[in-house]
Amino acid sequence: MHMLEQFLWIIVPYVCIVIFIVGHIFRYRTDQFSWTAKSSEFIEKKQLMIGSILFHLGIIPVIMGHIVGLFIPKSWMHFFGVNDHMYHIGAVYVGGFFGLATLLGMIILTSRRFTLQSVRRLSTVSDLVVNVLLLFIVFMGMYATLFTNAVQPEFDYRETISIWFRGLFMLSPDPSLMRTVPVSFQIHALTGFAIFAFWPFSRLVHVWSVPLNYVGRSYILYRRHKSN
Amino acid sequence: MKIKAQVAMVMNLDKCIGCHTCSVTCKTTWTNRKGAEYMWFNNVETKPGIGYPKRWEDQELYKGGWQLRKGKLELKSGNKLSKVALGKIFYNPDMPEMKDYYEPWTYNYEELTNAKDQQHSPVARPHSVITGKKMNLEWGPNWEDDLAGAHITGPLDPNIQKIEEEIKFNFEKSFMVYLPRLCEHCLNPSCVASCPSGAMYKRDEDGIVLVDQEACRGWRYCMTGCPYKKVYFNWETNKAEKCTFCFPRVEAGLPTVCSETCTGRIRYLGVLLYDADRVHEIASTENEQDLYKAQCDLFLDPNDPAIIAQARKDGITEDWIEAAKNSPVYKLAIEYKLAFPLHPEYRTLPMVWYVPPLSPIMNYFEGRDSIANPDMIFPAIEEMRTPIQYLANMLTAGDTTTVKEALQRMAMMRSYMRSITTGQEFDHSRLERIGLTARQTDEMYRLLAIAKYEDRFVIPPSHKEEHMNPYRAQGAAGYNGMMGNTSMGGSDCSGCGAVESMRNSEATDKDGKPIFEENFYGGIWRD
Repeated sequence: MHMLEQFLWIIVPYVCIVIFIVGHIFRYRTDQFSWTAKSSEFIEKKQLMIGSILFHLGIIPVIMGHIVGLFIPKSWMHFFGVNDHMYHIGAVYVGGFFGLATLLGMIILTSRRFTLQSVRRLSTVSDLVVNVLLLFIVFMGMYATLFTNAVQPEFDYRETISIWFRGLFMLSPDPSLMRTVPVSFQIHALTGFAIFAFWPFSRLVHVWSVPLNYVGRSYILYRRHKSN
Repeated sequence: MKIKAQVAMVMNLDKCIGCHTCSVTCKTTWTNRKGAEYMWFNNVETKPGIGYPKRWEDQELYKGGWQLRKGKLELKSGNKLSKVALGKIFYNPDMPEMKDYYEPWTYNYEELTNAKDQQHSPVARPHSVITGKKMNLEWGPNWEDDLAGAHITGPLDPNIQKIEEEIKFNFEKSFMVYLPRLCEHCLNPSCVASCPSGAMYKRDEDGIVLVDQEACRGWRYCMTGCPYKKVYFNWETNKAEKCTFCFPRVEAGLPTVCSETCTGRIRYLGVLLYDADRVHEIASTENEQDLYKAQCDLFLDPNDPAIIAQARKDGITEDWIEAAKNSPVYKLAIEYKLAFPLHPEYRTLPMVWYVPPLSPIMNYFEGRDSIANPDMIFPAIEEMRTPIQYLANMLTAGDTTTVKEALQRMAMMRSYMRSITTGQEFDHSRLERIGLTARQTDEMYRLLAIAKYEDRFVIPPSHKEEHMNPYRAQGAAGYNGMMGNTSMGGSDCSGCGAVESMRNSEATDKDGKPIFEENFYGGIWRD
């Protein structure tokens, strides 16, 4: 048991984080050509509209919620005046709302990708894996938030998962903290790390290409001769 | 003032026979690859018609180009913030879909060659290139060729819909114009302005607009931004592609493939000098119908010593200045005022211009009446089969006067040349009345009718050798080289026809001649 804990909650996360970082550097330096949002809107537009907007507008608050929940210690929250009840309301209701939007969007996008012949034929294995994995992760997240939380209200991930998670970044992770965590949260966390390891080799890299500097630049761009 | 040079094109529609040679040679050069089957960097449309993609001229639908919002020039599809911050990045509402172009298809020819003895002729049914399934063809890249189905699609042509009087599509009244289209390499390119990744750019030295394939992130705003719908999305590489103005050829002083192969010799290539500092101001001209004249004002006289001095100061080389002086584009567009930009009202300041076509006269024959009374040419132009208003809606934002004047000059040139070849008297005051001299008319005739290769194409080489190592750069242009790295889901190009079979042969260390003999047999590439 101890060995397995070591493996799941120390080795796996660190391996995933290293692959995530090194993989991105490697891909950015060797293969700019394949770095794209890989949109299939050109092939099918109607279902994509609902699915993509729901998913993207859902996932952004969900990610921010994860950052708050995982990185900000409970005591800090108390210091800012956010008590456990307020936090709980926010996490379950606001998080649940955006989580449901994300899940619904992901269901539409996945069904679209698998059932529409044209979209299916243009998908690589990587696209299908990302799709299924994301759907699964979002589903487990929703299950943990809405169902497990209701059944086991005494469980507080901010006293277990969050502390273990921050430990990873402080290079002193304590795997025993994960012992009491419900299985649904465990699966969500592990598949979450898995997608981070897969990230640099998939279409997900488009997240880092959000064109924020577009807003400030001039409209027309000229380029001069470049010597090689 | 900041002088830049632009390599521009003029097409003489009066001589286009709609043979599609330009489209085919362009396609075999640039877009015979997987993911690019549906792309026609150059296509020839029959107008009136809705074109490719369907209704591309309807900017209320596709939101291409620029518009004035409270006097300020802004992208019609919305400002930068609306693209990045307001969720359009997740779903672009104004983008055409593949079905607006057409779903590419192919045939399994084996079904023909391996067909068993049977009662009926064997058929090869079309297969979708996307799904591989059999499909029924309902639309294609040139579905409206020679007015096919024009009684249905003609009334949907936005240029027709802008004409107030009713246009009938019955046989007696029908008219048509061929319109070869390619990227306009605009001075104020809205595709470049729309690209959030900064992957699209206008080359400083010759004005060619390109997509940096390494920097493109596939956001697809360029497709919406371009009002001519000439930026395409490669569904295999998921990146934008467009007409390159055959820059590897132009750099070497050669004409583009479409121009080189044009059987009607309708295409002209030349250099124009313009003031880059005034581009924004000109594109912001308030009245749409003034945009054509405003754009003409942007171009500088290459024979003016002050302009030449400034051009030298701005780094334009002597052979480019010389080419600008001899530019057939300058002559046709500025000196003779025969050529017009396509849809100037999109405010992109396009750089592929068109000489409008003369067409048969509806009521009386030009020859007979204009010989009896030479001034009959002028009312006759009003009676042309192709409505002036239709041409004006395409070329001058609806201003019929300037189009009419160009047609009058062309008709007068014919009349003048006819009188010379038939040895008749010609009243030269008639030329003066439309702003031409006899010498100019002679030159115009030589350029339009004789259209010698060296008169049509005046392209200075780009002197790449001065700032790069051409030896190291060889093979770097084009789309095959960049397909090299396939490890991350980019695809190797296997649909490159003849090139592919050559590449396979290379592995066996054969040189050119055996490969050629092996593959090229009786004019057909063998697989």
